[in-house]
Amino acid sequence: MSATPVSATPERIPWWRDRRVMPWIVQAVVGLVLLLVIALLVGNLVRNLTAAGLLLSWRWLGQPASFDVAESLIPFDASMPYWRALLVGLVNSLRVILVGLVGATLLGTAMGMASFSGNGLLRRLARVYVEVIRNIPLLLQLLFWYFVVFLALPNGTAAFQLPGIVLSKSGLYLAWFAQGFSWHGPELVNGVWQAPLRFSVEFTALLTGLITYTGAFVAEVVRGGIASVPKGQWEAATSLGLHWSASMRSVVLPQALRVIVPGLNSQYISLAKNSSLAVAVGYVDLYSVSETTLNQTGRALEVFLLLLGSYLIIDLLISAVMNGVNQLVQIRER
Amino acid sequence: MQPSPRWLLALPLLLAFTLSGCADDSGSGGGVQSMKLSTIRGRDKLVCGVDGKLPGFSFLGPDGTYSGLDADTCRAVAAAVLGDPAKVEYRDLNSSERFAALASGEVDMLARNTTMTLSRDSAGGNGITFGPTTFYDGQGVMVPVASGAKTLKDLDGKPICVESGTTTELNLADRMREQGIAYTPLKFQTGDQTYAAYLGGRCVAVTSDRSQLAAKRSSFPNPDEHILLPEVMSKEPLTPASVNGDPAWADAMRWTVFALFQAEELGITKANVATKVAEAKANKNLADLRRFLGVEGDFGKQLGLPADFVPKAIAAVGNYGELFERNVGSGSPLKLERAENRLWTQGGLIYSPPFR
Repeated sequence: MSATPVSATPERIPWWRDRRVMPWIVQAVVGLVLLLVIALLVGNLVRNLTAAGLLLSWRWLGQPASFDVAESLIPFDASMPYWRALLVGLVNSLRVILVGLVGATLLGTAMGMASFSGNGLLRRLARVYVEVIRNIPLLLQLLFWYFVVFLALPNGTAAFQLPGIVLSKSGLYLAWFAQGFSWHGPELVNGVWQAPLRFSVEFTALLTGLITYTGAFVAEVVRGGIASVPKGQWEAATSLGLHWSASMRSVVLPQALRVIVPGLNSQYISLAKNSSLAVAVGYVDLYSVSETTLNQTGRALEVFLLLLGSYLIIDLLISAVMNGVNQLVQIRER
Repeated sequence: MQPSPRWLLALPLLLAFTLSGCADDSGSGGGVQSMKLSTIRGRDKLVCGVDGKLPGFSFLGPDGTYSGLDADTCRAVAAAVLGDPAKVEYRDLNSSERFAALASGEVDMLARNTTMTLSRDSAGGNGITFGPTTFYDGQGVMVPVASGAKTLKDLDGKPICVESGTTTELNLADRMREQGIAYTPLKFQTGDQTYAAYLGGRCVAVTSDRSQLAAKRSSFPNPDEHILLPEVMSKEPLTPASVNGDPAWADAMRWTVFALFQAEELGITKANVATKVAEAKANKNLADLRRFLGVEGDFGKQLGLPADFVPKAIAAVGNYGELFERNVGSGSPLKLERAENRLWTQGGLIYSPPFR
C-alpha cells in the first residue's frame, strides 16, 4: 500500500513517514480492532444467550401487564399491555424530572444569589443549606422526606389548610380551574380530599427531595458563575446608581450565565438519573414499573436495555437542550 | 440501602453473558457431575439467598445468627453436602434481586419464602428450578383494627401497601379486578419500607403471604392493633430453589428436603437420630431404615452426596415437624397452625416420595 503524494517536489516521501498518510492508517487500524472487539462481544453475547435460552425477544411487550399503578397521567388499567405500563412509568418519570428541573433551578439560583447578599443572615443561611444538603446522600434524604416528614402529616380534617392549598398524609391538593374555567378549591368528600390538581405524597416527597438536593448543587454553580464576573462590573453598575438587585439582574447575571450554563447541564443530568430513586418512596416511575415487569416476565436483559436506553435518551435530550442554551448565552464575537 | 441505582445490578448479568466464554457445556454424560456441587465443595461453604428480615423464616438475630424455617433449610443442605450445618454463608436479598442473584451464580440456592409459579419455573420465564415446597401459604391482607375493615370490599378506593417484585402484587391486582374494587397500590422495594409506610398510616392495608404478615406483626410495637382479614387471596407454596441447568445439584437439594419430611414420617428426630443409626446398623432386617440413613445402599453416591447425608441433615436441624414447631409453630412467637403443612398421613400436604 503506497500513497502518492500530490506535492510539487519530485522526490517521493515513503508512506511510513508521510504525515498525510500515517494518521489515516493508524485510525483505520484502531477502528478495525474496535469493530472486531465489538463483533466478538456481540457474537459471544448472542451465542451465550441462545445457549441459555434467553435470546432477546420483544413479544412480551404486547401481553397484558395485569398489575395496577398508583398514579398515571395517561389512562391505564391492568388489562393493558406491558408497553403501556412502561409508558406510564416513563411519563411519570418525565413529570417529576421536568418539575424538578424547574424547581431546582429556581431554588438553586435564589440560593446562589443569596450567598452574595449584603444581608449576613441570608448569606449564612444559604451556606448552611448548601453544606448540609450536598453532604448527605440523596437516598437518605428521600427516605427522610417521605417517612419522617410527609408520613407524619395529619389526614382528613386535621390536614394543613391554606386558602387553595391542602397538605395531608395522602398528598398535596391545589385549587385550579375545573369544568368550564371555574375556580375550584380542595374539599373534603367522605373523609377524602378532592381537588382539581392533586399530587400524591410519594410524588411530593420525591420532588421535594430532588429539588432541595439538586438545588444545593445548582446554588454552587450559580455562586461560581457570579464570582467569575469581575468586581469592576459590580462597581460600574453601582456607580450608575443601580440597586443591588438591579445590578445583579441586569449586569452580573447575564455575564455569569456563560459560566453557569455548562455547569447546570451536568446537574440537570444527575437530577434526571437520580429520579430513578423514586422506588424507595413508592412513586411509580419508569424504574419501578420496569422492576415489576422484570419480575413477571423474567426478561431481565430486554427490560434493562429499555431502561438504559430511556435514561440515555432523556439525558442526551437534556444535554442537547442545554448545549443550545449555552450557544445562546455565549458572547458573539465579531 | 444502596445509593446507586438498582439497575446497575443487571450489568454484571449482561457482562457475564457478553464476556463469558462458551466452554461450560462439559459435564454431560453419566455419573454425578455437578458444577455447583464441586464449586460448593471447593469453597467449603454453601451460599444461601435468604430474606433475613422475616421472623420465623429467615431472621438475623441480635447474636448474629440466622434463625427460621428458610435458614434451617440452608443448614440442612449444608450439613448434607459439606457435613457441617455451620458452613452456610447467608446473603440477604430483596424480592426483586433474588432471581438475578440466583441466575448470576451469586447464591447457590434460594430459601427465601419464594412462591413457586409457572413463569418462575419455566425456562422461558425466570428459569429457576424449585425443590419441594417447605411451607404452604396463602396471601392475606392485614388492616389496623381501628380501621373497622372486615372484608376486601371495605378497602374500596383506599391505598394498599405491597412489596414490588412479588406474586402478591399480581394477586392483589387480579382479586381486586375480579371483585371490581378500586384501590391504589403503593409499591415499595423492600419489606422494611412497605411495613414502615403501613405503620406510618399511608396505607389502610398491607398485603403479603399470611405467614409473613403474622411474622411481621409479631415485631410491631403493638401487634394487637392489627388483624388479618379472613380472605385468602391465593395459593403461595413457599419453595426453596436452585438454578436451571444443574439437575444434579437440584436433586441433591430436593432430596435433602425430602429427607426432613421422611424423617418426621419415620419418627426420627434430632434427639434420636444417633440411636436410630445405631439401631439400623445393628439390625439387618430394618432395610428401609438402613437405606434411608445410608447404612446400606448408595443413595448418597447416586446424588453425589456423602452416604450419611440424611442423618447429617437430621442431626443438624431435626425433622420437618421439629423445624416447623421451632420456627413458626407452637414453639415460636408466630404460633401458626400446622394446617396444610401437616404430614400427608395426618391430612396435610407434606409428602416425601419413597427413598428407593
